[in-house]
Amino acid sequence: MARQMNSGFSAWLRRDLLLAYRRRGEVASPVLFFVMVSTLIPLGLTPESARLAEVAAGMIWVIALLATLLSVDGLFASDYQDGSLEQMLLTPQLLPLPVLGKITAHWLTTGLPLTLVSPLLGLMLSLPGAGYIPLICSLALGTACLSFLGAVGAALTVSLRKGGLLLTLLVMPLYMPVVIFGTATVNYAIDGFNWLPPLAILGALFAAAVALCPLAVAGALRVTASN
Amino acid sequence: MSQSPLLSVENLAFERDDSCLFDAIDLTVNGGDILQIEGANGSGKTTLLRLLTGALQPSAGSINYLGCNIADCRYDYFANMLYIGHQPAVKLNLTAEENLRWMVANAAQSNQISISDALTEVGLAGYSDIPCYTLSAGQHRRVALARLLISEARLWYLDEPFTAIDKQGVQLLHSCLQQHVSRGGLVVLSTHQDLALNNVRKYNLLARTEHIA
Repeated sequence: MARQMNSGFSAWLRRDLLLAYRRRGEVASPVLFFVMVSTLIPLGLTPESARLAEVAAGMIWVIALLATLLSVDGLFASDYQDGSLEQMLLTPQLLPLPVLGKITAHWLTTGLPLTLVSPLLGLMLSLPGAGYIPLICSLALGTACLSFLGAVGAALTVSLRKGGLLLTLLVMPLYMPVVIFGTATVNYAIDGFNWLPPLAILGALFAAAVALCPLAVAGALRVTASN
Repeated sequence: MSQSPLLSVENLAFERDDSCLFDAIDLTVNGGDILQIEGANGSGKTTLLRLLTGALQPSAGSINYLGCNIADCRYDYFANMLYIGHQPAVKLNLTAEENLRWMVANAAQSNQISISDALTEVGLAGYSDIPCYTLSAGQHRRVALARLLISEARLWYLDEPFTAIDKQGVQLLHSCLQQHVSRGGLVVLSTHQDLALNNVRKYNLLARTEHIA
């Protein structure tokens, strides 16, 4: 049984990573979006580094959220169209396991790259030196939360033809605490406070998301499949 | 002791948007049976198959696997069932072999035949490392049908399995079905074709009648 459970998780993880590798261009688009929008901020706001530094953390976090939101829309869409989702629902394993595999693959292909390029954006937005490590830590945990929460919205809207806007409306309220504590982590560090407490809250959010979201996604998929 | 049938359907009904698609369906299917569901387009053949897989919930009635309602023994049932729907669930960016690998990992059991042997059997030897978007619709079907060779599930539900398949493919599928029922398996399929097999029971969805072909 343990082997089977493991295969449900790893088979879907491996499959989605392989698919992402085959569609590198598509997968890179959230990261490109992240970088491009960040370059617009100095143009639209001000090139003055003192003023940029004030908004840098918040801006990077908001853009990371939007970039994740862009990509989470398609998490189940193509599987729904080609019938793979139907097959997933008929696996003799616990459904949350393949779901967990898919979400992990999503984080590895969007959240992780976003986290890795974030120092570059910090540099462009003249983020103060003390903010880099907290930025990376908070984004690593926070984007994982975003992937998990987004998956719930994606599962609920998968059978709708134009579900994008509804997905945004559903997921946005859930994303708010993640952004609040994510930016707080970076800003506390910049202001010289202890930045671990907000990061710990992000960690708690992440733990709750890992435990609950796969169950919610599995339930949502069963409901949407019966339409 | 009376043996519970492998699959029995009692008084099954399905409503969609407050209109009744079908009701009062009673079926008993045992190992070794092939049941062909007939009916005009839109009569609910796919819906009936999806009800049987447990993907849809019936409005009334029950579906029993070995005498046990499938809602109560879902994992046991899924482990013994294979469903190939309208969409063959083939990922276009993956090769045939990669596609089969996750499909097989999905199922609980698989027998000894290897993935490459199964692909050779369905006539896709040499295509195993080419992305599926270069293959034709019929070849996609063949990829999905290779699952039949690997699967050890006793219950097969096939929705229009002959779509887009050429003559040799049809023959291959026939022999595949024959072998499966001779091993004590069960097949429920929807198709408009006449099957060149013995002991095919036909169920007409509109008239609710059953007859032997």
